[in-house]
Amino acid sequence: MSEALLRIDDLHVAFSTRRGMVEAVRGVTLTVEKGEMLGLVGESGSGKSVTGFATTRLLDAAGRVTGGRILFRGQDVTKLGGDDLRQLQGAAMSMIFQNPRAALNPIRAIGLQIADAILTHKRISKEAARAEALDLLRAVQIREPEARMNAYPHELSGGMCQRVMIAIAISCNPALLIADEPTTGLDVATQKVVMDLLADIAAARGMATILITHDLGLAARYCRRIAVMERGRIVEEASPKTLFSTPQHAYTRRLVAASPTSTSRIEDLVTEEEREGYAAMLGKPRLEPAYGTPPLLEVRKLAKRFDEGSAAVADFSMTMAGGESVGLVGESGSGKSTTSRMICRLIDPSEGDIVFDGQSVGHIASRDFHRSPLRKDIQMVFQDPNESLNPRFTAFDCIAHPLMRLDGMRAGEALRKRVEECAERVGLPLELLPRFPHQLSGGQKARVGIARAIACRPRLLVLDEPTAALDVSVQAVVLQLLDRLRRENDIALLFVSHDLNVVRMLCDRTIVLRNGGIVEQGESRALFDNPKTDYTRKLVEAIPHIETGKMLAAAL
Amino acid sequence: MMTGLGATMMRAGRRLLSSLPALFGVLVFTFLLMRVLPGDPAVFFASGPNAGKEEIEQIRKQMGLDQSVPEQLVFYLSDIGQGNLGRSMMTGQPVLKDLRERLPASLELTFTALLMALIAAVPLGVVAALRPGSLVDHGVRLFCALGVCVPTFVSGLLLIYVFYYLLGLAPDPTGRIDVFTSLPPSRTGFLSIDFLLAGDFEGWWAAFKQLILPAVSMALFVIAPLARITRASMLVSLGSDFVRTARSVGLSWRKVVVTYALRNAILPVITIAGIVFSTMLGANVLVEKVFSWPGVASYALDALLSSDYAPVQGFVLLMASLFVLVNLVVDICYGIADPRVSIG
Repeated sequence: MSEALLRIDDLHVAFSTRRGMVEAVRGVTLTVEKGEMLGLVGESGSGKSVTGFATTRLLDAAGRVTGGRILFRGQDVTKLGGDDLRQLQGAAMSMIFQNPRAALNPIRAIGLQIADAILTHKRISKEAARAEALDLLRAVQIREPEARMNAYPHELSGGMCQRVMIAIAISCNPALLIADEPTTGLDVATQKVVMDLLADIAAARGMATILITHDLGLAARYCRRIAVMERGRIVEEASPKTLFSTPQHAYTRRLVAASPTSTSRIEDLVTEEEREGYAAMLGKPRLEPAYGTPPLLEVRKLAKRFDEGSAAVADFSMTMAGGESVGLVGESGSGKSTTSRMICRLIDPSEGDIVFDGQSVGHIASRDFHRSPLRKDIQMVFQDPNESLNPRFTAFDCIAHPLMRLDGMRAGEALRKRVEECAERVGLPLELLPRFPHQLSGGQKARVGIARAIACRPRLLVLDEPTAALDVSVQAVVLQLLDRLRRENDIALLFVSHDLNVVRMLCDRTIVLRNGGIVEQGESRALFDNPKTDYTRKLVEAIPHIETGKMLAAAL
Repeated sequence: MMTGLGATMMRAGRRLLSSLPALFGVLVFTFLLMRVLPGDPAVFFASGPNAGKEEIEQIRKQMGLDQSVPEQLVFYLSDIGQGNLGRSMMTGQPVLKDLRERLPASLELTFTALLMALIAAVPLGVVAALRPGSLVDHGVRLFCALGVCVPTFVSGLLLIYVFYYLLGLAPDPTGRIDVFTSLPPSRTGFLSIDFLLAGDFEGWWAAFKQLILPAVSMALFVIAPLARITRASMLVSLGSDFVRTARSVGLSWRKVVVTYALRNAILPVITIAGIVFSTMLGANVLVEKVFSWPGVASYALDALLSSDYAPVQGFVLLMASLFVLVNLVVDICYGIADPRVSIG
């Protein structure tokens, strides 16, 4: 066999921080063959992106390769400098990034940005570069490419921006493309389109690709070889099939277990050993509401129009019983977040009514709703645990704040007790309470957000993508926590998400939204197993499935 | 997409209209403020310290000061409506004429100073941002700190001392032009431009020499905010994802720094430059005094000290209008530089 395209040998990367040097990558060894797509999977902080950045020489000023070699076509990339390096970047290897909209220059037309990349490596005229850029836009299947040449990134959707980014990355036919979480933040349907496009382009051009992702399912769908990283090391490398059927390393086992599949249940999301405590709780039967109990929430013909006039949500009706969990799914722009915010009374509906526990709340202006006694009954958990906590409040303050504002509690022993009780309910260690958000991990912040939402003992909890920013193993724990809260405290959950696997596990019923209207609704499992509409089927099919051992056996 | 020139002008017009209430508020407020301030203009402008009571009373009647404040306000507003800003007791001329004569001097000085400050501050900020924490960065910081903490009249006097008194390079600091140079035909009111238009390069050099010292002392004072904001936004720009993208495809250093980083970083600088310009216009009274510059700010100060109502009110109205105008220009510039915003 000839020399591999990329060979990473015992790579070490360290970052200098205030607390001294921190090793992010400690001894990664990898090879990528020509034209191959390799999955590099791990959770945040595992060093997978750093490995990618070290290969393309895009590490921050604070980061440094402290050991090992990165051989690209036999040439050690870590020792290149100046023009040699620039000839490599873009021309021989290129990269696409996680947040496509931020990765494009906001004040430069996209055609020019693609042409910039072309002109760097080819001695051709500006007109020729422009023509090539147009061809590239066609290659990444952007509609009306001529018109889009002069568009700016903010005029395009996230999926479109990622296509433009792909066009820039492939503009000079590199031999290696490193895709760093290329579809994180895009909804499932767009994710599938972008990933299919990427795979097709890579195959057509014979480009080797490293797909860096936290999503095992995604890697399994597109890669024939997956390397799993944990804390700066590669712990396991195998084909997706072996990885899922017989994971060797303990970390891989945990990761595989935590990745939701089309058949997994909430209690499956941990490994065998951790499952017992949860099972005991599941044993307790739930109180069925007595026949004839009025619904907790009734939404009638809700509509929301923004300034432009087109309706973001139209004719949306639903009911929810106490302790029930309902999922709200759809692509981005389908109006699910708008709907959830109206129900939370954070924004005002244009039409329709919201009846909570027999009282009409739809007509109370959202700016006055905080004075309503029902405010503490309807609480919300927000998408980004990093952004939704006040950076100047400690975890304790965050949880205590609604208690003081809505329950009228005063600082003192009773308040401290309540806050500690909430922290215990969400499994937040008490010694973390005096910490500020930046001193907490993503999962801990998510817990603080949930503790804050349940502090006033609400009866309805609206969750807007509460786990989208979390690693799968943390997501698994948070989902179990939510499910437990629902069972123990009879809190109704309205769960907004584009992750259908999660909704399928957590929610009794699911409502599918498209362009602000309900497309389909019904009992979750039935809805996902036998979608009635093409739209739902498209959504379901777009989920990257993990072929578990059982399913593989059945398929063979 | 509505990027046509017509649409921009429409929005600009709407913007101007919506600032009218604010201007009206400024009018009424300064009018009342002047009435509240101690000092009786009639006494001040009477023939002498031993002017009789009747004489003062007569002047007062002449000036309309014997009427009630609301009545005076109505008269004042109707005058303004007819474009009459009143007459200065000091110069004996209509305020409008005085301002029109003196405004170009102030504008020329301020524009030159701002231009010099920008030319110095943007590269300084960029250099500092490219090597944060380095010796260069600290040097720029020290220079900026010195610029802000030395008051303009001190730096002005210092410059006069060094360049006029010690070195004899600069002309004597007495106004816009020395007495021996004949003035060019007035077209823009900006002497340096008028001389160029008239093709009189000798005259231009004379005017430029007069201009340079006051402009430098004003520029020194505003370099700091401009350089600091350039540095800060340049740091953000350099650390952004799109600069990383630009580096990932191997764009040249120049292209990355200038086309990608700096063009984005310059946006907040435009905003700050607008604010700085507005403050400079009013705050350069000290520089105008030190260099005997015949500008509007020193004119307004003299009027204020002698309780001459009309020029002060006219000056404040002028400043407020200029502020509105400058903000509008900044917004339009911003709209051109950044496709994401549309002024509305």
